[in-house]
Amino acid sequence: MNRLNELFDSKLKVINIGLHGFADDLKSLDVDVIDVDWRPPAGGSKRMADLLKKLK
Amino acid sequence: MIEELIENANREAIERVQNSQPTLVGIGIACDVIPDMDENLILHAGPPVRWEDMCGPMKGAVIGALIYEGRARDEDEAAVLASSGEIRFEPAHHHASVGPMAGIISSSMPVWIMENKSYGNRAYCTLNEGLGKVLRYGAYSSEVIGRLKWMEKILAPVLKEAMEIHGPVDMKTMIAQAVQMGDECHNRNKAGTSLFIREMATSILKTSFSNEDKISALEFLNENDHFFLNLSMPACKCTMDAAAGIKYSTLVVTQARNGVEFGIRVSGLGDRWFTGPAAIIDGLYFPGFSIDDANPDIGDSCITETTGLGGFAMAAAPAIVQFVGGTPKDAINFTQTMYEITLAESSTYRIPFLDFKGTPTGIDIRKVVETGIPPVINTGIAHKKPGIGQVGAGIVRPPMKCYEDALEAFVNSLVEEGLIEK
Repeated sequence: MNRLNELFDSKLKVINIGLHGFADDLKSLDVDVIDVDWRPPAGGSKRMADLLKKLK
Repeated sequence: MIEELIENANREAIERVQNSQPTLVGIGIACDVIPDMDENLILHAGPPVRWEDMCGPMKGAVIGALIYEGRARDEDEAAVLASSGEIRFEPAHHHASVGPMAGIISSSMPVWIMENKSYGNRAYCTLNEGLGKVLRYGAYSSEVIGRLKWMEKILAPVLKEAMEIHGPVDMKTMIAQAVQMGDECHNRNKAGTSLFIREMATSILKTSFSNEDKISALEFLNENDHFFLNLSMPACKCTMDAAAGIKYSTLVVTQARNGVEFGIRVSGLGDRWFTGPAAIIDGLYFPGFSIDDANPDIGDSCITETTGLGGFAMAAAPAIVQFVGGTPKDAINFTQTMYEITLAESSTYRIPFLDFKGTPTGIDIRKVVETGIPPVINTGIAHKKPGIGQVGAGIVRPPMKCYEDALEAFVNSLVEEGLIEK
């Protein structure tokens, strides 16, 4: 718990891999964020992901 | 095993792209040189489309072509003839040809003859008419028809004789030079046009034509920054045609739009088109025009992107953002992102700003679907009404449906062969 407190007492540096909204919220609180341009494979379409899998 | 089959096929396809040697060999009349061309056939841009379904600029260009050919005296006669069934309409791509915007080619039009010296196949494209009121944007006034006649009677014969004096022009080297001089050879062709004039000027002067004709030809070339587009397009077309028809290849060999639909063809899937609705273009509009005036995406000119030029080479052409919108940083990002969906880096078209890295070349349908990144295309924007012309330029993304449908068809073809389970 002490180590967790240490983390939140220091300046946060965040790498966001996920929804851009997470990064936007942190940016609005003046937290430094590197927002990775990430999107789910095949845009999240299971049908397309299944087709791609057949080719591997 | 399947993955290996695909990788081997794509290796062969991309090798053919890299090894292609597009070379300008001359000028001919469409009905004499384009395969299966005849006086009742009109070629158009993009995937197949019927007369009644064509967009405004394409209908206008068809009307103009029928007047130019002497088949109709005015708009009404031309429209009646176009809908009579006597005139056939087919994609230029089905006849080893390409055309910017409406892409209309009729039988008497002079066309560039581009030969792929490595594989022997040829491609054809009309000569660029310039900007403003021009046939490719659907204009068909007497001024437009008069210019086309001058191109047929003076410009093309002058350039044809100049080509005979000069001999073949290595278009691959010229495009590579243009890219290093800030062109991406789709919407920026200043360097390419200048290089072409420099290459041909003395040969034009040596022709047997009058000084007046030679001067008018040189002035026409000099006044049109896009003159080189109609050379880069057939150069790309004969490059990609050489990579078509390779079984198991997932390489995109055609991307084209008819103003209603965007369509692609894939090397391993034969001549079949995969289409989706053509998009409205996000861009910069000329004063007095807005997105409400825009026709959806149109033209065969995205054969340049298919070959690793155009939007894919924008990092080489930062100045283009003043024409299509965005910042030089955007131009670099567009190119960088396209490496995610392509099979190779061009061995010839290199970008100085990226330490002479080759442009991203050879779109793979698997990569487009997996990453969710559609190709980036920069393009001119036509007014939706015929005859008004270009109203802007910008960036457009093709519908993902084309690549998804192609992937599904590709998988189905392997299922039918018994290579994979349904």
